[in-house]
Amino acid sequence: MSANASMLSILARRITYTIPILLGVAIVCFALVHIAPGDPLVSVLPPDASADLQKMLLAVYGFDRPYIEQFGRWLWRAVNGDLGTSIATGRPVAAEVFKAVGNTLRLAVLATAIGFFFGALFGFVAGYYRDSFVDKLASALSVFGVSVPHYWLGMVLVIIFAAELGWLPPTGAGPGGSTDWAWDWAHLRHMILPAVTMSVIPMGIVARTVRALVAEILAQEFVVGLRAKGLTDRGIFRHVVKNAAPTALAVMGLQLGYLLGGSILIETVFSWPGTGFLLNAAIFQRDLPLLQGTILVLALFFVLLNLIVDILQTALDPRIERG
Amino acid sequence: MTTPIVSIRNLKVAFAGGAVRAVDGVDLDLGRGEAVALIGESGSGKSVTLRSLMRLNPERRTRVEGSITVDGRDVLAMSARELADFRGAVVSMIFQEPLLALDPVYTVGQQIVEAIRRHERVSRAAARERALDLFRRVRIPSPERRLDAYPHELSGGMRQRAMIALALACRPKLLLADEPTTALDATVQIQILLLLRELQRDLGLSIIFVTHDIGAAVEVADRILVMYAGRIVEEGTARDLIRAPRHPYTIGLLKSRAHGALAKGARLEAIPGAPPDLANLPPGCSFAPRCPLAIEPCRADRPPLVAVKESQRARCIRTEAAATLAPQLEPTG
Repeated sequence: MSANASMLSILARRITYTIPILLGVAIVCFALVHIAPGDPLVSVLPPDASADLQKMLLAVYGFDRPYIEQFGRWLWRAVNGDLGTSIATGRPVAAEVFKAVGNTLRLAVLATAIGFFFGALFGFVAGYYRDSFVDKLASALSVFGVSVPHYWLGMVLVIIFAAELGWLPPTGAGPGGSTDWAWDWAHLRHMILPAVTMSVIPMGIVARTVRALVAEILAQEFVVGLRAKGLTDRGIFRHVVKNAAPTALAVMGLQLGYLLGGSILIETVFSWPGTGFLLNAAIFQRDLPLLQGTILVLALFFVLLNLIVDILQTALDPRIERG
Repeated sequence: MTTPIVSIRNLKVAFAGGAVRAVDGVDLDLGRGEAVALIGESGSGKSVTLRSLMRLNPERRTRVEGSITVDGRDVLAMSARELADFRGAVVSMIFQEPLLALDPVYTVGQQIVEAIRRHERVSRAAARERALDLFRRVRIPSPERRLDAYPHELSGGMRQRAMIALALACRPKLLLADEPTTALDATVQIQILLLLRELQRDLGLSIIFVTHDIGAAVEVADRILVMYAGRIVEEGTARDLIRAPRHPYTIGLLKSRAHGALAKGARLEAIPGAPPDLANLPPGCSFAPRCPLAIEPCRADRPPLVAVKESQRARCIRTEAAATLAPQLEPTG
């Protein structure tokens, strides 16, 4: 089989594998929201609403049907791109979610890029000069990155760079609020503080992973083999990078996935109009359709990212079975 | 005689801040086009000696004394840059386990092309053409396809052939082989040994071959040096050492081989005891604690190399007594 044909068949197989995962994700999303206690209509109904009105609204939103039917209808509409209507705002959930996903994605990608760059740099230096002063410094930084509370770090950065120095805006996504985004300085400067705060997590994890990888690779016999054929440190560096890349990229992809969903605290601290912010609002308002829709879209992104990481790894590492 | 390609004088290599003396005063001369085998058990210092010739022992943890001259150049005085230019071009090495010694994420072809382009200014296509020639030379079937294979996709014998092709890529003068057949099946071992001997003759290579298998040493080498606890204890032609070994350790090694048809139930003779701790060597002959012929003077002073005949020397004061111990072996062809 030619390399191209086998790559295509891997792609097809990996994509097929994701279908049952997606279905499972949808069931969990749906179930989670219904298992949680509380009445979904509490936020739209006046406290003194009559029983009839309550019944009518339940029927309008379909909450009176059996769960299996509700799930079927919800899933069918979701597949067709309709995630329902937000109870709190009356706007379509899909539009709200995708606007928020765009904001979160921008932030998470920038944070992952910063975190990966510095994490890989520290990790490389630490792994190369193991047990040296640089190694200890890099290890300390990565432990700091993994263990510091991020909302606290965010607030400290706001105090220093926004409140005291006044260099950067403390909150928000730009002059036009959450609606208009443009790639200009007026908007970008709003991203800097949240992105730096967020980047500390992947930086710590990537640094630790890369350090361990580099140390392990350098201890292998083939590095002696490379020296024996006359390669200098620069030539060996290329080999170390190519050996470390599949694992390092996988870790980066997973971190990006976590940042997409797990940035509720940071988005709240910076009032960043992303998915974390949206989830927070949806939970407090018991806005079931919005909550379901947001979780579903985030989970889809996570599955998609895993798929991409999987395919990238297969493409980069010849030892992974391709048949 | 022309100047030797390798000349090692009183080489001492120590690890762990000097505590572990892995190589303890080795002298070695190798003529151009000559093949010698260094034999000995694990920890005898044979691989460390070999790696010292290219300075491949971890620099930070190793202490080296003595002198090493290869092709007229002082290896221990080279700068990092000179060393990198020297490695692969003048001297190259074949490793014991090619699966570990080749980079797993590059194809074998890419690794050979990389070696050629590291030392010579040639195009990628020309380098690949040469890699293909090398693959034919080491007799790898369907060489075009195999060049694009990753190391794990080749069989053990094929990988070692690829490793040999890589080592020969820049036409080195000296080839160092570190137990090149130990990881292979018995039938493949013979093929690789025959290939090495053929290449040595055709290309006029000088070879230093490290092994713990006397049978393999005899196949390839003109001369054999036996190492024990960091010292050379006996050296001679392959014929001398097989027919008339004079050091009790060499005799023990020969007796402990499963030679020919070992009768069922017969005991294989083994050397009693274990090799000495390299951090705590005895003052006299390091083999004395295990030697059946050891007498008081053996334990007191380090024995000198005694010439048994013109081509054979043993580091032993009891070579005459040892002659009576030597196994009666039929010639091995």
